[in-house]
Amino acid sequence: MIEEKFDAIVIGAGMSGNAAAYTMASRGMKVLQLERGEYPGSKNVQGAIMYADMLEKIIPDFREDAPLERHAVEQRFWMMDDTSHTGMHYRSDDFNEAMPNRYTIIRAQFDKWFSRKVREAGATVLCETTVTELAHDTKGKVIGVRTDRAGDVIFADVVVLAEGVNGLLGTRAGLREMPKPETVALAVKEMHFLPEEVIGERFGLKGNEGCVIEAAGTISRGMTGLAFLYTNRESISLGIGCLVSDFASTTESPYALLDAFKRHPSVRPLIAGSEVKEYTAHLIPEGGYKAIPQLFGDGWVVVGDAAQLNNAVHREGSNLAMTSGRIAGEAIFQINSRGDPMTKENLALYKTMLDNSFVVKDLMKYKDMPVLLHTHSRHFFMTYPQLMSLAAQNFMRVDGTPKIEKEKATTAAFIKARSRWGLVSDAVRLAFAWR
Amino acid sequence: MTIAVAELRVEDKLFLNRYLVDAGGPHIKVRPHEKPSPNLIALTRVCPAKCYELNDKGQVEITADGCMECGTCRVLCEASGEIEWNYPRGGFGVLFKFG
Repeated sequence: MIEEKFDAIVIGAGMSGNAAAYTMASRGMKVLQLERGEYPGSKNVQGAIMYADMLEKIIPDFREDAPLERHAVEQRFWMMDDTSHTGMHYRSDDFNEAMPNRYTIIRAQFDKWFSRKVREAGATVLCETTVTELAHDTKGKVIGVRTDRAGDVIFADVVVLAEGVNGLLGTRAGLREMPKPETVALAVKEMHFLPEEVIGERFGLKGNEGCVIEAAGTISRGMTGLAFLYTNRESISLGIGCLVSDFASTTESPYALLDAFKRHPSVRPLIAGSEVKEYTAHLIPEGGYKAIPQLFGDGWVVVGDAAQLNNAVHREGSNLAMTSGRIAGEAIFQINSRGDPMTKENLALYKTMLDNSFVVKDLMKYKDMPVLLHTHSRHFFMTYPQLMSLAAQNFMRVDGTPKIEKEKATTAAFIKARSRWGLVSDAVRLAFAWR
Repeated sequence: MTIAVAELRVEDKLFLNRYLVDAGGPHIKVRPHEKPSPNLIALTRVCPAKCYELNDKGQVEITADGCMECGTCRVLCEASGEIEWNYPRGGFGVLFKFG
């Protein structure tokens, strides 16, 4: 099929793969990108929020033609119990800037655009091609790939594994471990379509302004999880995700959780009358810093979700993916332009550069958070949201009870649920994991 | 005032999606077994596409047609050898319109 040898082969046309392929091709390297879907984006699922800064560092003028939905001017965090939510809103007109900071996107459309940029930069992009195996030389160095198309090995100096959270190649080749049930979350999502002006009215948005809602609490039924609702131009992306290990032990059904979230009195009016046009599921890497695998070896690097590069605390995934792809591309370009071989020693440059970026620094900051939320999920996702609701309701209702008694009742409820020691230790644990 | 939110069964939700099914070449297989492990049984509830079902002999079967290729079953059951997981052939499987 393809006789020539490439400087680099990139496996996957998601955020990290496109960033890596673009970075190398635009610097004149000979790049082949392989994607198993019918078109780039056809296998990709995300919330999705895209941060401008990380894309600007790759394609500075992306706003001219990238398919962007709305820029976020408002963020809501909800702590939910079965009938209420206690929330924090942040809304600022400052986000209505000439070059907004973050956008909602629809991945199938965005990835097609990004892939077009990759092709325009000179890379060869081959879709409908599943890579079945990495090819090695006698010393174990990766020298290319085999695909499910006719033909033998396609050779390259280096292979960039941008194969996503469920990447088979790297795990089968023993380059990294399989994701564990406690280091990945299963998220399900629906696309709810509504007229643009209806979304504007319901969320108080004009023009391209967008609103982002993230919600935790009894909606995940004691499991470590998060729900979200993001406004697109004429649709709402709505979903919920929980750790796979929690799903396995509770045997809750993800679609039942999603339906309950949609029926919640705080959510129902926002999506009323909508038409659902797609239902998706995807794994999200949640293991954080401690789950990052070996990132490079002889003839290969791994980027994005496949490398567990996702900041679950700040719900940032695709920007870490794009950044790791770009940094891998830059490191490979440096080695390539020196004329050096793509050995493990030389490719260590990728890790050095990644360690110095926000990607690893942020994951390092929250390295203890995944375990804390996992081991204390019932308190953080059931007990506290219920207590918050009780406290807020107690505070709001005026019923002739003296305020001092209301305060005492609220305090007593917290102590009854978690004990004084429990409250203090939860706070200390959270503070240390956050610090 | 009651506010309608369309509720769909999983089977109906999957009809919203676009698939190119590789007839005769399912990408996930459940290996023959006597007694399924707890994780394998959990898949009958946890698989977001409801691909896994218990048959009347108490064994778990899969129909992979509606699979969204998330990998949950792989994470839970590949290591134990109970299932065999591969990607569909290039171009086949689920094709997200929005993603």
